[in-house]
Amino acid sequence: MNDMTVVEKTVETQRTKIAARNVNVYYGDSHAIKDVNVEIEDKTVTAFIGPSGCGKSTFLRCLNRMNDTIGTCRVTGDILLEGEDIYDKRVDPVQLRAQVGMVFQKPNPFPKSIYDNVAYGPRIHGLAKNKAELDEIVEKSLRRGAIWNEVKDRLHSPGTGLSGGQQQRLCIARAVATEPEVLLMDEPCSALDPIATAQVEELIDELRENYSVVIVTHSMQQAARVSQKTAFFHLGNLVEFGPTGQIFTNPEDPRTESYITGRIG
Amino acid sequence: MPTPWLVLVLIALAVAGFFLGRNRALVSANGNTKDLHSLPSYYGHNVALTALVPALGLLAIWLLVQPLIIESRVSGMIPPDAISEGSTVGLVMSDVRRVAEGLDLAVEKGALTGEQARNLRSEFSDVRGRLGEVGVALGADVRPEVLRAAQAYRTMSGTGHTVMTVLVGLVALFGFGWSYGRTHKDFRARNVVEQGIMAMLILAASLAILTTIGIVLSMLFETRNFFGLHSWTDFFFGSTWAPNFRGDSELSILPLLWGTLYISLIALLVAVPIGLFAAIYLSEYANKATRAFAKPLLEILAGIPTIVYGLFALLTVGPGLVRLFGQGQGGILGLEWMSGATSVLTAGLVMGIMLIPFVSSLSDDIINAVPQAMRDGSLGLGATKSETVRQVVMPAALPGIVGAILLAASRAIGETMIVVMGAGAIAKFSLNPLESMTTITTRIVSQLTGDTDFASPETLVAFALGLTLFVLTLGLNVLALYIVRKYREQYE
Repeated sequence: MNDMTVVEKTVETQRTKIAARNVNVYYGDSHAIKDVNVEIEDKTVTAFIGPSGCGKSTFLRCLNRMNDTIGTCRVTGDILLEGEDIYDKRVDPVQLRAQVGMVFQKPNPFPKSIYDNVAYGPRIHGLAKNKAELDEIVEKSLRRGAIWNEVKDRLHSPGTGLSGGQQQRLCIARAVATEPEVLLMDEPCSALDPIATAQVEELIDELRENYSVVIVTHSMQQAARVSQKTAFFHLGNLVEFGPTGQIFTNPEDPRTESYITGRIG
Repeated sequence: MPTPWLVLVLIALAVAGFFLGRNRALVSANGNTKDLHSLPSYYGHNVALTALVPALGLLAIWLLVQPLIIESRVSGMIPPDAISEGSTVGLVMSDVRRVAEGLDLAVEKGALTGEQARNLRSEFSDVRGRLGEVGVALGADVRPEVLRAAQAYRTMSGTGHTVMTVLVGLVALFGFGWSYGRTHKDFRARNVVEQGIMAMLILAASLAILTTIGIVLSMLFETRNFFGLHSWTDFFFGSTWAPNFRGDSELSILPLLWGTLYISLIALLVAVPIGLFAAIYLSEYANKATRAFAKPLLEILAGIPTIVYGLFALLTVGPGLVRLFGQGQGGILGLEWMSGATSVLTAGLVMGIMLIPFVSSLSDDIINAVPQAMRDGSLGLGATKSETVRQVVMPAALPGIVGAILLAASRAIGETMIVVMGAGAIAKFSLNPLESMTTITTRIVSQLTGDTDFASPETLVAFALGLTLFVLTLGLNVLALYIVRKYREQYE
């Protein structure tokens, strides 16, 4: 656990991208998220950590209203994206999800070609006027996904034929292609081997230049490596939120300390 | 001993074997179950199975084979001149069997002694009258050859039965003794029972396959007979279906095949869109409560007997179509296109309704098998539900859906009752869906019902039709299974 020593990171304060106020989430009768307040900054990687079932994935899925697809789920409180309430009746969740992209735990490329996988988002949102523009978007996204060099010669072979790590980077490229403002990642490396994980982590660090990235992770080392801000969730409560260096070296709450030193999990 | 009693005795022996074997194993281990190789009940099962299964197998084979052997022996006894004009060996043999049964009955009721039944001579006594007294009515006086054959038949089946009883009993006792002797605490009864169970499962599986082969072979032989009597070029390439029981029929499959395919096509045009859309609604849009209510309701349609659909076609859909497209000025559209209620459209529509649950249920399963991660991925990119269904779920599920449609098609092709009642009986080539047409299945029914003579091409053509139908649906099913299997590989 020696790699836990966190290099002091320069944390320049960015403007707030997403602000959550008094957010509660219920699945039927169970109260999954309790009064969470958090501010997610632009051009920053924010990590959500916490033991299994603590609600971090649930909260992440509230940020682009993916929980709407679950019938029994109910959300109260305000979540503001650029100052606008995303749970307002006038907001179209479909439009919102184009602005707030999502990468899932298991790589889930569509059973289509690599090109069609990346072109999927731009096509349904009409982002390209013609084929040349679409080609350009696909190439740019694959470059951002740090996978262009590996797939440029086989853009029309199926995306499901790639290795796990390549599939996950393809999914990131696919999410990036719709030009989102925020990128949500739900344990993006949990199904990957260490080498693929390192590649994806490197990529996350690069993505910070353009996007606000929120990542849910079970690996504290990963949170320490890639994030600038960390939020610790426990039993549906947001226990502590602050700069990553501070959370890992000098936590305020005893529960945070217990978790990062491995006493509760 | 009558056969049911024999079976009961075997079962009793097996039950006794179970307890005795179990006991012997326990005794050999001094009552300490931990010293046994297997659980005590395995020893019991071993004895029971070894006593029962081979004996029952022998019994089954004997019961199947004995009549065949006796039949061939006895039919050799009938001189050719005993077969009268217009009759066959088969008809005489059924007389023989009937007289033999009559004699059995007479002995049973005490009207004849066993000795008398064996020595009865039709030259000297009125066999017909005496059998009539015990309730066996014979059509004509019994000829001496037939009576002798019947007596031989009786004797042979009696002897056969006795030999069988003894042999089956011996096999059971031997199995019992052998496995009982082997029962010891170190004997691996569990493994032996396991192998026995596997053997029984293999037997069941091969029986199913053998039956299929048997069906195909019987059709093949009859079809060969048919092609011996009728030219195959007329059957496959002729243009007219006109069976004529005075002979000289034109028996071509093509008009029937056309009717079959046309009706099936209309049925699929109804069933595929409705079934598929219902499946998409149920699996992608409906909430849990709706789904729990609507899916079983839709599947009830699949449980309705096809004859009821036939009634629906005959009484509701057909007259409805006539009101719409026929009846001249009295009709709704004022047209005069339909003369009767039976038409391709009637049968096709009703068959389509029958196939809806078939398509929807299979498609629903296939759509549900598409991983949720695909939908999440698409929704997470800002796609709407219908975009997700159209561009991600459907392409992923398409091979399976095609398989489902092909299975539905093979059901449509083989469907009988609805076309009998809804489509009419006229074999012809026509593109007009408002005319009556007929299908292969209905012609098979009409060629084989009523008094039939299994030596004329008009009857035997049914087997050729059946075989063609079988090949057609088998081909579709194989294709469907191939496609479905190929699709499965993608997600596992």
